[in-house]
Amino acid sequence: MILVVDMNWRKDSLGYYEFVLPIVSIVEKVEKSFVRHFSEVNRKNIERSSQIVLSGTALKDHATLQCVEEFGWIRECEKPILGICAGMQTLGLVFGASLKKSLEIGMAEINTTKENPLFSSTYRAYELHNCAIEASAKFEVLAESEKCVQAIKLKTKEIYGVLFHPEVRNKEILQRFTSLKT
Amino acid sequence: MKLGVLFSGGKDSTLALHKAVVKEEVACLITLISKNPESYMFHTPNISITKLQAKALNLPLVAKNTEGKQDGELMDLKKAIAQAKRKFEIEGVVSGAVESVYQAERIQKICYDLDLWCFNPLWKRDQLELLKEIVESGFNVIISGVFAYPLDEKWLGKEINRKVIGDLMSLAKDYGISPSGEGGEIETTVLDAPLFRKRLEVLSFSIESKGNSGVFSITRARLAEK
Repeated sequence: MILVVDMNWRKDSLGYYEFVLPIVSIVEKVEKSFVRHFSEVNRKNIERSSQIVLSGTALKDHATLQCVEEFGWIRECEKPILGICAGMQTLGLVFGASLKKSLEIGMAEINTTKENPLFSSTYRAYELHNCAIEASAKFEVLAESEKCVQAIKLKTKEIYGVLFHPEVRNKEILQRFTSLKT
Repeated sequence: MKLGVLFSGGKDSTLALHKAVVKEEVACLITLISKNPESYMFHTPNISITKLQAKALNLPLVAKNTEGKQDGELMDLKKAIAQAKRKFEIEGVVSGAVESVYQAERIQKICYDLDLWCFNPLWKRDQLELLKEIVESGFNVIISGVFAYPLDEKWLGKEINRKVIGDLMSLAKDYGISPSGEGGEIETTVLDAPLFRKRLEVLSFSIESKGNSGVFSITRARLAEK
């Protein structure tokens, strides 16, 4: 059972349809899922899940970046996690990385810089972000665009972040993530 | 949050409006009236009917004419959204984009430039599911434009119902067209929907068609009790 964490600024927001539902419809093709807003994630939800996906948000939505303390559970979590866009930025902040201004809207070319189970080579992906991560030493960089770091992995765990939105043009990345085990 | 909905009068923008009103306050509709029937961005058949639809919805309409040339129409869209921001103090924009990265990207960029939120509540929705939702929610939608083989004049003016969805799905399977017209194969006009206080009654229309391309133009319509 995959836990999809709704990272939008509030529960049942208008952003749910755009940033959460597309993820659900992709992962549900492989495995059942359930959604919780980030303010509702608890030990029981995490124990019930096999993998966890943190959704993206609207470009102007920085709610999760302003309450990183709510994501302390990620440090102890042993389940595979994939953070998308705001989800990646939040993961970065949880593990001590910093953010820098970087705007990308639309399709961009992504270059894989390190072999990993989610993607390979060069591909195009949909971007919607106005800040990017400056990876700390705890992360390895898996991919970059011309502008910034596009994918990271925590060195010690199956915790991944992608800045682009795989649910738009790279569904296979989400499907491969669903097969990762701890 | 006060929002403006990009409104073409077709099924997608009308459904996006219905999603938006449940979550936020919709302050106005925004329409670009394109002179270019092949506009990349804006639905064209019956765009002039949006005025009557806005009246049926009891929502103010910000309408702007555009020549419909690629860069110019984006500038005109930006001006229309800026006008809606000034006049109705909207904080965000809603679009009915489903699959088109081209369309979504351009709307996102305009919203970013104008410091507005941008929402696409139908984004990446399954096309068959969308058509079913429209019918099951009580929308009265007609096909007002066809632009791909094997669609032809026979489809113009047809109401989208379960049977028509089935027929469109068969064509999708056999000919690879998008059943909901996401590739521009079909354009639609909404005559009634749950948020309409009155329905649109078509009094007269004209059909122009050639081969696999045709338009059902409403020449006269009025609001009628539901």
